Amino acid sequence: MEKKIIISNLSMVYTGPEEDDGSGLGVLSGVSFEVYDNEFVSLLGPSGCGKSTLLRLIAGLEQDYEGEILLCGENPRHKRIPVCYMLQKDCLMPWRTMLSNVLLPIEIRKGDLEKACEEIKPLIQEFGLQGFENYKPRQLSGGMRQRAALLRTYLMDGEVMLLDEPFAALDEITRMQMQDWLISVWEKHRKTVLFVTHDIDEAIFLSDRVLVMSGRPGTVTGSVQIDFGRPRVRDMILAPRFSEYKKEILDLLGRTKADL
Amino acid sequence: MKKSESTGQQNKRGRLRDGIVPAVIMTSVVLLWQLTVGIFEIETFILPGPVDIIRALYSERALLLTHSLVTLGEALAGFATAVILGICFGLLMGYFRWARAALYPIFVVSQTIPLIVLAPLFAIWFGFGFLPKVIIVVLVCFFPVAVTFTQDLLKIDEDMEFILRVMGAGRWKSFVLARIPRALPGLFSGLKIAATYSIMGAVISEWIGAKEGLGIFMTRAMTSFRTAALFADVVLIVVLSLILYKLIELVEKKILNHIDFV
Repeated sequence: MEKKIIISNLSMVYTGPEEDDGSGLGVLSGVSFEVYDNEFVSLLGPSGCGKSTLLRLIAGLEQDYEGEILLCGENPRHKRIPVCYMLQKDCLMPWRTMLSNVLLPIEIRKGDLEKACEEIKPLIQEFGLQGFENYKPRQLSGGMRQRAALLRTYLMDGEVMLLDEPFAALDEITRMQMQDWLISVWEKHRKTVLFVTHDIDEAIFLSDRVLVMSGRPGTVTGSVQIDFGRPRVRDMILAPRFSEYKKEILDLLGRTKADL
Repeated sequence: MKKSESTGQQNKRGRLRDGIVPAVIMTSVVLLWQLTVGIFEIETFILPGPVDIIRALYSERALLLTHSLVTLGEALAGFATAVILGICFGLLMGYFRWARAALYPIFVVSQTIPLIVLAPLFAIWFGFGFLPKVIIVVLVCFFPVAVTFTQDLLKIDEDMEFILRVMGAGRWKSFVLARIPRALPGLFSGLKIAATYSIMGAVISEWIGAKEGLGIFMTRAMTSFRTAALFADVVLIVVLSLILYKLIELVEKKILNHIDFV
């Protein structure tokens, strides 16, 4: 199978002014992993382990690292490779309607907005946003805003989706609904996803594979293959196998703690 | 929807109360003033009472009207110029670091030069006509517009900028798409300050030398000890400034509501 993301021996030392407490801060050290085409991989680790930094590096927006990144077979250091990206904050512009927020990536790459408007109609439906096209973000619920942000992310025209804790700011129930809904949409459209989270249940429920990271400086300490079939259903979190995966992940997380 | 309606009603009641309190206080101050002047039999040329001022407003109405129109014209021309210049320089300083470094200190220093010095200088350079007055108003109004706009253009939403970069937007694109709209409320607060300053700027410029205007009327009233007329003049200055302020506020509400700022 084709490898969409290849990270080899990636290290990064942060010397920015905000977090600098001395000679520089090791953020990532010797990170290596691969993500295959159409695979859903979660990056799980304690906060501050460099997960978000890792995504920024993959997107090619920070270049100050050692090691090698290959995204869709190319080096993001030399060439801008479009990716779909989403943050915890929805980053919708309050002065734009939901629709014009969603169409922003097309507007920026000077695509045909009218054509796109027609084309995304089924997607709007699928993302549960129909009828709200002309609403401003503040008139939408938290879940809807996040779905709009995700639709915008989807329209960013990249082969790889980098999702940085997209549901972390939502309440438990909304988060669960969003996970159910994300997984059903993903199972239909299948893109390569790298999903950053610090929620173990979320990682197991969504992913084909969970990569566990240690605390700072972050490195990948283990990879857990999640062999539940698709489509995923909520009930699986009650299965004994789910607990086994969870224990395996907890052990990996615990081991990193013992190492410190 | 229901909820917002009920809070809307509460807001209405609150706004009513917010309106009544200052009105009551203002009325009592005016009454107290009138009583003081009456009881202590203060001479009109020392401190006229509100009634004297109203009487002066009425008896001088024709003269006050022509003078007001002149001052208003100077203020509006200066204000409009200052707004255009302020927005242009605000954009320049908000976008280019070098422009900020080069211009900001000059603008700050320009604010520390007393107008009272500049006004006669402009009279020497540009005469006693319309132009020097407009320049003074521009000088007074430009600064708050340019500075508030620049400041708000510099407030960056890191996450938003990041997402825009991911989408392939360059610096200019994200400036237009995110930073300018976000800086509009700041621009309007600058405009409101400038609007209130504009009339005052025009009046000060007239003090030095002019044929017509509320400033000239004021100096004439002062030198002839027509204190009630002087106060009437001040009342007009206050009213005109407030009207301009309210107008800007109205435009602000229209525009910011339209683009939906909270």
